[in-house]
Amino acid sequence: MSVQRSTVIFAWILLLPAVLYVTVIVAYPLVDTFILSFTDASLKKTTNWVGWTNYDKIFNETFAEVIFRTFIWTFFSVSIKMIIGVFGATMLNAAVPGRALFRLLTMPPWIVPMAIGIFMWGWMYNGQFGMISGVLQNMGLSNGPIAFLARGETAFWATIITDVWIGVPLVTLYMLAAMQAIPQDLYEAAWTDGAGRFYRFRRITLPLLVPSLITMSMLSLIATFNSFDIIWILTQGGPNGETTTMIIDTYRTAIGSKKYGEGAARAVLICIFLSIFCFAYFRVTSRLSQGEQK
Amino acid sequence: MSQPALINRYRWYELVGIYAGIFVFLTFILAPFVEGFLVSLKPLGLLFSSPYRFWPENGSFAAYFTMWESVPGFARYIFNSFFISTIVTAIVLVLVIPAAYAFARFNFRGAGVLLGAFLAVNMFSGAVLLIPLFRLMRTFGVLNTYLAMIVPGVAFLIPSAIWLLRTYMMRIPRELDEAAFVDGASHFYTLRRVILPIAMPGITVVAITTFIGAYAQQFIYALTFNSKSEYMPLPVGLFAYFGRQEVVWNELMAASFVGIAPAVVVIFLLQRYLVSGLTAGAVKQ
Repeated sequence: MSVQRSTVIFAWILLLPAVLYVTVIVAYPLVDTFILSFTDASLKKTTNWVGWTNYDKIFNETFAEVIFRTFIWTFFSVSIKMIIGVFGATMLNAAVPGRALFRLLTMPPWIVPMAIGIFMWGWMYNGQFGMISGVLQNMGLSNGPIAFLARGETAFWATIITDVWIGVPLVTLYMLAAMQAIPQDLYEAAWTDGAGRFYRFRRITLPLLVPSLITMSMLSLIATFNSFDIIWILTQGGPNGETTTMIIDTYRTAIGSKKYGEGAARAVLICIFLSIFCFAYFRVTSRLSQGEQK
Repeated sequence: MSQPALINRYRWYELVGIYAGIFVFLTFILAPFVEGFLVSLKPLGLLFSSPYRFWPENGSFAAYFTMWESVPGFARYIFNSFFISTIVTAIVLVLVIPAAYAFARFNFRGAGVLLGAFLAVNMFSGAVLLIPLFRLMRTFGVLNTYLAMIVPGVAFLIPSAIWLLRTYMMRIPRELDEAAFVDGASHFYTLRRVILPIAMPGITVVAITTFIGAYAQQFIYALTFNSKSEYMPLPVGLFAYFGRQEVVWNELMAASFVGIAPAVVVIFLLQRYLVSGLTAGAVKQ
């Protein structure tokens, strides 16, 4: 047996446990979701093949609204995360005393169990006695208590802000790392030529951050599109379904109402959307790297 | 510390701007913790009174004592959280160390595609695979046991662990493997005796991030695959308490802070590793 072949075999032996695990726990369920979506699976003993019925049902309901809402929710959440993240990273990148501590203080929302951070927001949004409503009233900005989670529009934004809060630490630290990877001599050369701080930021930092921004937006997009805990704990998709995103709707249908088939059809749609995002991402990044080579 | 380079000298108004920016940023990040902590000190009567008061007048740590009775399973929930996270981390390491080494060292056909497939796993975390996973757990007969939370948890922590450790291992000079190989060491011996000791700092980082991930994300599977309160991890245990009609907020917040204390201690002890570990996989060298 050649050295080459024994190496390849060894590599596969090393990979086998992880590959098997992911095949059973992720790949198989993925296929199963697809199959289930064409059946009327439920708690009943028997399961029948129903063709496209589940998909037909989806589009006859108010599902278009749910899809639209999911996209808006995701769009705002990801954009705000990116803006705050780049802002935070820029501030934390400044060579000022105390920055090590400030970086450390950025981490808690990411490191603490998600659900617990969400409980705290649950209190912040409390209408009668919570902090936000209270501060607004004390400042005279609001005449009465605002029950943020009880009204559709405010609940929608409240869940977005909590999602942003949980996602910002990772975005910030990632962008900070990307900023620190920019060669210092670029800044020094520009500085020697008399370029000011803002000019350097706009002409050196921002353009060189673009690849990292795209990558982070993509990761953030996937996580946000799949975001479940925040909405489920704060509003369970209410009031009147005004915070019901696709994931929440899927959970309701499948686990709440035990309609596994219809739930699976929704899950398949989510997978399709996620695949489209990924495909678009790879197209964009491969274009970018081609552009660099020219 | 040496004098900062001339380029990093700030004018006074720039310094004011930077600190103001940091203040606003950290206020957003930390406000819920500050408010949550103050709530845990306030007596319920003060909490449920208007107008809103930020500082706890005649505050006390009473809630930190009464919560043990109000949330009877509390100590058990914390134990469960730790137990589940520890087992998850151990399994992830066993699966990921060899896989990361294979990706870092060997050029075999399909390596790129396989790595991409692993990373794609991240796409399907959350509720997407919940239905078949539920059926799978039922088939394995592990619903309402620790395993129902451990098994899916592991799968979704594998991708980022592989990615991180692979990046770390790629920095270990290849000459080391080759030297061992020339001396007649087998592949397996090289991995165990040459690579593992050198990769220990990287493995530590992966272990920490995996543990934190496992500790932070115990919600949806625990909520769906387990209904026995003796196995519930902290987030789900407290969720039951949070969902009541009359939430006893000061006790809930006190319980939350006791529950996150271990995680906070870990951050402060290991922050150095964390930042470097987090960013190692992120930026191309």
